Amino acid sequence: MTTIERKPPLGKKVQLMATCLCDAFYDDAAIATVQVLEHLGLTVEFPEAQTCCGQPAFNAGDWNASRRVVRHLLRTFKSELPVVVPSSSCAAMVFHGALLAFEHERDLPEVEQLARRTWELADFLVNGLGVTSWPGRFDGAIAFHRSCHTRGTRSAEAAATLMRSIPGVTLVEFGEAEQCCGFGGTFSVTFPHISEAMGRLKLQHLRAAQPQFLVGVDTSCLMHLSGLAEKEGRPVQHRHVAQVLRDALKNGGLLAA
Amino acid sequence: MKTQPIDQFACTLPPEKRQSVYNGTKATHEKRTKLLAGDFADPDRLRQLAGEVKQHVIENLDTLLPQVEERLTAGGAQVHWAADAAAARRHVLAILQRRGATRLVKAKTMVSEEIELAPFLEAHGIECLETDLGEFIVQIDHDHPSHIVRPIIHKNRREIATSFEKNGLGAYNDAPEVITRRAREFMRKKYLAADAGMTGANFVVAESGRLVVVTNEGNSRFSLAAPKCHIALVGIEKLLPRDRDLALFLNLLARSATAQQLTVYTEFIRGPRAAGQPDGPEEMHVIFVDNGRTDVLAGECREILRCIRCGACMNVCPVYRQVSGHAYRSVYPGPVGAVLSPLLAGEDFLEKADLPKASSLCGACNEVCPVNIPIPDLLLRLRDKGKRAGAASPGLPPMGPWALLASQPVVWKAALIGGRLLDYIPPGLIPVPAMHAWAASRTLPKWRGGVFRKWLRQREKRKTETGERKA
Ligand code: SF4
Repeated sequence: MTTIERKPPLGKKVQLMATCLCDAFYDDAAIATVQVLEHLGLTVEFPEAQTCCGQPAFNAGDWNASRRVVRHLLRTFKSELPVVVPSSSCAAMVFHGALLAFEHERDLPEVEQLARRTWELADFLVNGLGVTSWPGRFDGAIAFHRSCHTRGTRSAEAAATLMRSIPGVTLVEFGEAEQCCGFGGTFSVTFPHISEAMGRLKLQHLRAAQPQFLVGVDTSCLMHLSGLAEKEGRPVQHRHVAQVLRDALKNGGLLAA
Repeated sequence: MKTQPIDQFACTLPPEKRQSVYNGTKATHEKRTKLLAGDFADPDRLRQLAGEVKQHVIENLDTLLPQVEERLTAGGAQVHWAADAAAARRHVLAILQRRGATRLVKAKTMVSEEIELAPFLEAHGIECLETDLGEFIVQIDHDHPSHIVRPIIHKNRREIATSFEKNGLGAYNDAPEVITRRAREFMRKKYLAADAGMTGANFVVAESGRLVVVTNEGNSRFSLAAPKCHIALVGIEKLLPRDRDLALFLNLLARSATAQQLTVYTEFIRGPRAAGQPDGPEEMHVIFVDNGRTDVLAGECREILRCIRCGACMNVCPVYRQVSGHAYRSVYPGPVGAVLSPLLAGEDFLEKADLPKASSLCGACNEVCPVNIPIPDLLLRLRDKGKRAGAASPGLPPMGPWALLASQPVVWKAALIGGRLLDYIPPGLIPVPAMHAWAASRTLPKWRGGVFRKWLRQREKRKTETGERKA
């Protein structure tokens, strides 16, 4: 993936892009993200006007509509601060997708400015801040699904590094780990049968590894997989990686109430 | 439920076909990955390097093509240029007719599929025999290849044994050795009787005019050595600048395509039989085919012309594995086909504009591509192109209203609160087709719109209160 060179984060303040899925369904993943960042002594600013990253329209091929949303994003996050996103997919929309969609636009430099300071959460913690181990305790066997948008980035390795370092965590291996879960945004509703078949295959591999938790860096993949599992009547326990980090702090008595 | 054509195709695919495709692709992909990682310290760097070399090639065709013509001609071959499929077919026919040839043996070439050569030659009274075992089975079955390297990946050996029996190639026997032996016996006679042989080329080296053909069955060697006339059908993008580049490309191609360190046969061809050589064709023709490639070069998806047709992208593709190659309604299936087929369709672009959508954009194809083609980016560009050209998109909700919502924070926040309704209405009653498609196989999590923002606000309030108390 062609990505833009990131500026190392300076200072103690970041902006949070919570993503539309956290806004609508996964509030606790967003809360956990705030708590994790604050635990590291950072001040988290949440620009109230934020909505979505523009990816649904971008992937659907409606780049005009997508640019409209990205321009709103540019206005909302106008600053010099690092932008932290608890999603590899939305982060990649900013530092990769938007660059494609704005290739021939006059405001490309503004998109590049935002791209240079946008980070997926785990990547930010490990490669931005230099945090390589995580304190506290989290008891459980975790199957870590490497979302497809972590390809070509350092996010998956970063998340795995952090989780592996938590006392009590074991990461379990499972088959065809490099394969997509079948979500793919609008793909999941325009190709529902293929999407479902892909998801079932993923669930089959995951279940064979018998983890206690399915963990990911994207709520979208988790929503798809857990939704399939629940519909089958065999729900899976799932967590966003931020929730694992936050719960580890909690269990270790490290989280200020 | 309105869904995309390829999704509908998936529903009609017999389970045993899906299983054949899945088993075959998965095994090759896994072997490929292990082999590359075992043999090279940094296989990704090799893929990037090969991508840079091919990018150089496609950006310098204007100087490399004249160079290769000059080298080939100096080596005794005759070079022909075909702007489109019809011109390519005419060149082949003219060469054959001039020699009075009526029997052609053919090794595997995707370009010949692309220009629909076989039916054309048959119509002109020329027997055109596929000698690659897979292609031969496709031919006797009146089927189509479903994979660019393994044309019959969708068939199992029982089906093959049945079609051998039907075509008079012995009583039913599905032992692979028996099938292969029977095909070989049948073909040996054909090679010896053939008037001309056809191959493709995996690479043509500009500096030397060397044609390189890799196979595993030895059929290309027979096809070009037994008959008196050799015709090579080659896409104009197949060039490599220098002989030394072959080291990189042969290493990558065999591993990527068939998970081998080297294919069983690698032919280097420098021209027809030279004086003093005991054997070989007395005439050699190289037909360079454009057929839409220069238009691709002029557009925004030109990186696809780096492709060396290894098939690794289809082997790893989760969609291809579910639907098989026939779902793509094209000579080139899978991720590469989803880009190339709509582009090569020219004026019929809209008929193939759904292909780039048949992807979750997972990026696995880019990760395995030996020439590092950014396939997901190209799929996205083509979706944008399709939208601008007014392509239909069944099942897709319009993005305009959504964009409006997502650029108006006040409306957005109201919608977050209002979305709670979703928890109370059964998905089947929500008048949004996308919702039905989702809910058919998955549940939706409980709506928690606005909860995170409320948490932030309450915290803020608590902070100010404690701050005030302290002060
Ligand atoms: S696009 Fe890449 S991976 Fe796919 S066939 Fe071509 S060279 Fe191979």
